[in-house]
Amino acid sequence: MSEKSLIPFKGTPEQEAELMKVIEAHRTQPGGLMPTLQEAQGIYGYLPVEVQQKIADGLGLSLSEVFGVATFYSQFSLTPKGEHRISVCLGTACYVKGSDKILEAVESKLGIKSGECTADGKFSVDACRCVGACGLAPVMTVDDDVYGKITPDQVSKILDSYAKGGADK
Amino acid sequence: MENTMVHLKVNGIDVEVPAGSTVLQAAKAANVDIPSLCYLKDVNCIGACRICVVEIKNRRGLAAACVYPVEEGMEVLTNTPAVRKSRKTTLELLLSTHNKKCLSCERSENCELQRLSRDYGVEEDRFINEGTRYEIDDTSAYIVRDNNKCINCKRCVAACKNLQSVACIGEIRRGYSTHIGCAFDGDLADAPCVGCGQCIVACPVGALTEKDSTQAVWDALADPEKEVVFFTAPSVRATLGEAFGNPVGTNVEGKMVAGIRRLGDCKVFNMDVTADLTIMEEANELLDRIQNGGTLPMFTSCCPGWVKFLEHYYPEFLPHLSSCKSPQQMFGAVLKSYYCQKNGIDPNKLFVVSVIPCTSKKFEVTREEQRTSDFDDVDVALTTRELARMIKRAGLDFNALPEEDWDNPFEIASGAGAIFGATGGVMEAALRTAAFKLDGTAEALVFSEVRGTKGIKEATYTVGGATVKVAVASGLANARELVEAIKKGEKDYQFVEVMACPGGCINGGGQPYQPDTVRNNVDLKAIRAKALYDLDDSMDLRKSHESPVMDLLYGEFFEAPNSHVAHKYLHTTYVKRGH
Repeated sequence: MSEKSLIPFKGTPEQEAELMKVIEAHRTQPGGLMPTLQEAQGIYGYLPVEVQQKIADGLGLSLSEVFGVATFYSQFSLTPKGEHRISVCLGTACYVKGSDKILEAVESKLGIKSGECTADGKFSVDACRCVGACGLAPVMTVDDDVYGKITPDQVSKILDSYAKGGADK
Repeated sequence: MENTMVHLKVNGIDVEVPAGSTVLQAAKAANVDIPSLCYLKDVNCIGACRICVVEIKNRRGLAAACVYPVEEGMEVLTNTPAVRKSRKTTLELLLSTHNKKCLSCERSENCELQRLSRDYGVEEDRFINEGTRYEIDDTSAYIVRDNNKCINCKRCVAACKNLQSVACIGEIRRGYSTHIGCAFDGDLADAPCVGCGQCIVACPVGALTEKDSTQAVWDALADPEKEVVFFTAPSVRATLGEAFGNPVGTNVEGKMVAGIRRLGDCKVFNMDVTADLTIMEEANELLDRIQNGGTLPMFTSCCPGWVKFLEHYYPEFLPHLSSCKSPQQMFGAVLKSYYCQKNGIDPNKLFVVSVIPCTSKKFEVTREEQRTSDFDDVDVALTTRELARMIKRAGLDFNALPEEDWDNPFEIASGAGAIFGATGGVMEAALRTAAFKLDGTAEALVFSEVRGTKGIKEATYTVGGATVKVAVASGLANARELVEAIKKGEKDYQFVEVMACPGGCINGGGQPYQPDTVRNNVDLKAIRAKALYDLDDSMDLRKSHESPVMDLLYGEFFEAPNSHVAHKYLHTTYVKRGH
């Protein structure tokens, strides 16, 4: 089953120019693939096939080699990220406090699975490992906002506040 | 520094090896056998599988012998309880994700995992096996991947990248989810794969096989409407015997012909004939290009893996490829035109089977540009392995078969045709004929500079007063190096031969499996090639243009090399592909 994203690629000429600069900077550097992928994800938010192909051609690697590295590290994403990025911590402390139920609530509210993005591009959700706020377990973050000691029934209201266009804190 | 010798003990045996050697190499020097799995000489050396672990005195834990460098005074122990236990557990863990349907597995009896599991007495089901986790990729015309049997040794990945510089397969994801596949988990048919099959012969288990076409041949043989003809490529005679326990490098030509004939009602022809025909066309094309300012250097076009490689990676070099079809495709065209007309056979009822050492040829037979009519000239391309399977299934005792001769009218071929199966062979065959064409008297027979298994060979010859600079490459990583040098203007040749597989067709991706225990110890390609050069050496007829079959074919049908009719049936075009 091909993993090419079904969501159309919407790169801008400005992003491409920036990507080309990044590739050029790492072209001759040994092990230049990792920083190129990191910076490319910084530009596009994720690493679609169109971007990986440009990196492969630019660095003289095969697409398969680039894809291998991009799927080895969990920090790289092959799917686009939403306007609002939700992370649910599944680290030990949060997990024992029931954060798996928080993730389930987010997934069922948005109708997507962890690692995916909603069709309207508004939200994406990922499971993460420890945000360093174990005292607040279970923890969920939306963009740079941290929500601690939450329960599954609070999830809907929190997400609604972002859907309306601003955080209601 | 490189001359420094290191002294160590392996299982108490004193041994001296050059500095920089690995423990595995040192053990070999001491005649101590260390089992390995992910290690494959000249292909893969990553210390990943942990089968080759050994104990080293005063070192904590076990070390992977294939990558661990020797040190002065080192004491290595390869057969201790800890070593045996570790190897056994590693095998049991590998089996926890391995599809263990060994009974009908293509690799049963020569599977490296099976052998080690037996040797170490593993408990097959010590860890829970999830069974089928991956879809089988049988989308391409040549290679089938069953990741349920894959043990992630990465020998295929290394063969694809290190030998061929293609790298169209790689490891995907990590940990338990790690698997081998194409970028974005796409189908192999859509990947810039050249179909060479070096991944198959590198695989220690049954995860990679050719696309099996034997059933179509059995069906044709059983069909009273079909007239079945086989022809076999030059190198198959030098390798088929390995599938029946013969030593590497045994020429089994006569038994092979007898074996095919006993599969059913069919004729058996010698493809060396169309190797000769290729030379007639190609040598003339080369002379024409040299004399009339054509595109140079001219590249040989008999290897479909090399052709597909250029189409994917260097489409700008396609005008350099000779327009000659490969010997396989020429034979198909000859059979479905000349042979059918002469014998009053409907070409739609003639079923043409080629037996070739190659998986890429399975793709070549399906290429639209190869057609001269509305049918494929070759119906099925079987690998050497598939022919061996058919002979076994027919219940033939191969080694007890008599030696038989080829069928008429394609029974006589030159030694030049025979050496087509080894790197440098096409070049040498072409030079023998080109030298004659240029000065009419040339007696040159042996062009030793283009022989041998070196990846890139160069030579300069003076033929008919003209200087011809030639190069020969085998293994696509070497071919890429050569093309890059030509592209940059660093090299300037008139004629370049490339075979995709290292060493040429004798080491093709369709040849019999040889496990690591053989491949790590002998140079298969050199030994197999010797069988072809010995055959050439033993023949009186050693130049393509002196073959009476060439007189017959040109006299009765093709008129002259590069004639209009020759172009219609024996030449082709190429297409640009992406990568």
